[in-house]
Amino acid sequence: MNLKRREFIKVGGITVAGSIILPTMLNSCKGSPVSDSAGSYLDHFEVTPEQLQKVISTALEKGADYADLFFEHTLNNTSALEDGKVNSAYSNISFGVGIRVLNGDQTGYAYSENVTLEAMLKAAKTAANIANSSSVAKPVNIAEYTAPSYYPIVNSWESTSVKNKIPFLQRMNDKVFAGDKRVTKVNAFLVDSTSYVLFYNSEGKLAWDFRPMATLFATCVMEENGRIENAYVTRSFRTGFEFLSNELMDELSDDVVKKTSLLFSATKPKAGEMEVVMGAGESGILLHEAMGHAFEADFNRKKTSIFSDKMGKKIAESFVTIVDDGTIPGNRGTLNFDDEGNPTEKTILVKDGTLNSYLHDRISANYYKVRPTGNGRRQDFRNIPIPRMRCTYMENGPHKKEEIIASVKNGIYVNSFSNGEVNIGAGDFTFFVKFGYLIENGKLTQPIKDINIIGNGPQALADIVMVADDKELSNVGSTCGKDGQGAPVTFGMPTVKVKKLTVGGMNA
Amino acid sequence: MNKNEKYALADMVMNHALKNGAEQVSVSINNSRSSNIEIRDQKIDKLTESIRNSLTIRLFVDKKYSAHSTNRMKEKELFRFVDEALAATRFLAEDEFRSLPDPELYYKGGSADLNVMDPKLDSVEAKTKIDLATQVMNEAFQKDDRIISVSSYYSDNISDRVFVTSNGFKGDSNGSNISLSAEVSVNGGTGRPSAYWYENAIFFDKLNSTDVGKKALERALQKIGPKKIKSGKYPVVIENRTITSILSPLYSALLGSSIYNKQSFLIGKENKPVASQKLTIIDDPFIPSGFGSQLFDNEGLAAIKRPIIEEGILRNFYIDNYYGRKLKMKPTSGDTSNTIFKTGEKDLAGMIQEIKKGILITGFNGGNCNGSTGDFSYGIEGYFIENGKIIHPVNEMNISGNMNQFWLNLVETGNDVLENESIKTPSMMFDNIDFSGI
Repeated sequence: MNLKRREFIKVGGITVAGSIILPTMLNSCKGSPVSDSAGSYLDHFEVTPEQLQKVISTALEKGADYADLFFEHTLNNTSALEDGKVNSAYSNISFGVGIRVLNGDQTGYAYSENVTLEAMLKAAKTAANIANSSSVAKPVNIAEYTAPSYYPIVNSWESTSVKNKIPFLQRMNDKVFAGDKRVTKVNAFLVDSTSYVLFYNSEGKLAWDFRPMATLFATCVMEENGRIENAYVTRSFRTGFEFLSNELMDELSDDVVKKTSLLFSATKPKAGEMEVVMGAGESGILLHEAMGHAFEADFNRKKTSIFSDKMGKKIAESFVTIVDDGTIPGNRGTLNFDDEGNPTEKTILVKDGTLNSYLHDRISANYYKVRPTGNGRRQDFRNIPIPRMRCTYMENGPHKKEEIIASVKNGIYVNSFSNGEVNIGAGDFTFFVKFGYLIENGKLTQPIKDINIIGNGPQALADIVMVADDKELSNVGSTCGKDGQGAPVTFGMPTVKVKKLTVGGMNA
Repeated sequence: MNKNEKYALADMVMNHALKNGAEQVSVSINNSRSSNIEIRDQKIDKLTESIRNSLTIRLFVDKKYSAHSTNRMKEKELFRFVDEALAATRFLAEDEFRSLPDPELYYKGGSADLNVMDPKLDSVEAKTKIDLATQVMNEAFQKDDRIISVSSYYSDNISDRVFVTSNGFKGDSNGSNISLSAEVSVNGGTGRPSAYWYENAIFFDKLNSTDVGKKALERALQKIGPKKIKSGKYPVVIENRTITSILSPLYSALLGSSIYNKQSFLIGKENKPVASQKLTIIDDPFIPSGFGSQLFDNEGLAAIKRPIIEEGILRNFYIDNYYGRKLKMKPTSGDTSNTIFKTGEKDLAGMIQEIKKGILITGFNGGNCNGSTGDFSYGIEGYFIENGKIIHPVNEMNISGNMNQFWLNLVETGNDVLENESIKTPSMMFDNIDFSGI
């Protein structure tokens, strides 16, 4: 059990339970390919519009004010390389429907792994128990929602045999070994996944989505004079088989060799408070941990977030603008619509230094009387949607990277991380630095590694004193954890300077 | 499905795979039922019910290996699922180390039931569970002006598993667990600290429901007004409920996969000192009604009680069948069961009293450990101790070091073992640990 009000992020994305290596659809789901139409998705899940309406009216029979159905069919594959060969593979099929009933801000939830009418009605009756009066819901007409298409694919993972994936992992392995004679181990994983989603709610909205995802992850171990160091690389997108290319394998191979070899000269810095320069791209983890979670509206609705009373107030320098965007094409954090059927968007969280918006799901948007921002997400049909980030990044600022580094007398430069965490109420957040450099008198000097950095969210945000004009989005395969649910997210940032953070390290 | 029907389904799927070219096969069928209740400020916030089923098949075909799971349990679909899995497996590279375990190592039956399932849990009414969670919430609700929000949670889970292999293993297991907890957020001026408390049980009748809300409230109030202290080397006491975070890199380093893939700082340390003499860890799968008790592991290997670390000397790793073959080591089990620790004389308060100037850690915040080297760094929360007394809460500090040195610095284990857990940790005291603060 994990009760800590701690939200964390893990880079790597190999937390999936398993995956599928099979090219074809399940028999029960009509062997025919699924086309981009409501009818095709209804057929896929073997349900009719009348059944959807019947399940919804059962869900509302105890007097609740809203209900929705979330059908999901996900096929996952992992292909794994160890000892120079792709010699194991794992797959998982997950299928079912989640039925949610809302009575004000109260939630009743049940799911069924079976989509017969009888099974769905049973789950609907269970979820209905959150309300306790009786009423007859007025039937509504079904309105098909045509969602935008932010992640079109060329070749689906379902039509790709493991045979075609193997050469890419093999190439990466061979490249890494060829890259440095100190390499002793390479492990590489390709995780691909395909989800079919059908959504229907008591307002009559019917939406459907095809959600692909691909993540590569590779670790490299080098040994020199009895010392062992390891580093990893990862890349992830909502895309099809076209994700894999020789160029990508070569780029990642070179990168992991370089990262690992640098570690042999790295040490731990001196412990304590100092100026921290966060490099463009991956450093967006700062935004995710220091403020992103605390902007999720469920925490603010409950007033447990350290930002609960800060809406409309100045919380950062005027050159700081932070957004959360669910519409970036092919991005790991993007969705055509969120898991409550709402459109995703580019939500401006901090505008010119002022807190502008929280991240809303349906419940919190109703509470605050604002439009949902399309942040209601769930791990799968077994879980309820809650406000989650998508791609969180900072817009460019007025400074230059060189100018920022040159301004630091005694500090560190960091741009490679493995994980982070935040304590929403107290505001303390952390991120773990895999690699960076000391900055001495305005110059990058000694490499450093394996240290944790801790700060306090509102203070760190106010302490962002310089922002460069070199914004990058990071495409590492990050999975964010909240309330026991994992969600794929990304982030990004230009180079920034934080005036003061507490850096783990050694004492004389 | 009853147990016999599950065995029949598992056998049918296994036989289908064998008939179609697999040399060896294992099949497991897992089922679980759970209910979750969340109450916030005297109102039910969430009610969730779930029933979950899955079938997992592991295939060994032409010296090639793959594993697959599905929650689609219809016969016709399962056959097709297996056929496609077999076809895909044939594309993989050979791996001479893949095979089912030596049948000699399997659990052969006949041991007494470990009593880890509450047969009455299924008949506990939803109202009883809601009342219990409400009682927990009421212990804290409106009990202090500084309270922002009180949530309480009840959850239970019943699971069972049937497992068969083509070289003769057949076994089933089941279990139950129940958890009752509370989380309280308070207004602390600058921040809004929150704290939680929980109790676990296997049997509903044995669930300790007193003071769960009260303790969460007390712990939240104690966190108000934290301050950083100066960076430096300090003695530290880590609370029993928290120490598993810093034990986990040690457990990871003991895994066969970590050793083989050079992600372990304990490579080559068997029968050598890896911790101070105060550390003794025993893996004991046979504790009656133990939270991690099992007669056989995930692969069917018969459980054995064994020392992991004896007075600081590393005695045993956690080796599963596959990495056992690769490392030429006898498989023990790749899973921890119950781990028990040799305890000392003092409780938490007694250990705090010994410290002149140091830190009590009651929670970790992020951080990580480099498995290959053992270098670690974690964010912490806790209290500053002076002359044996807790002075004020601390925040925004990190603890850093190397696992090899850290465990040598263990000076004392407490007598305050956490009973209702599989990892039965006492609080522990360490000397000379690096902290970063001001």
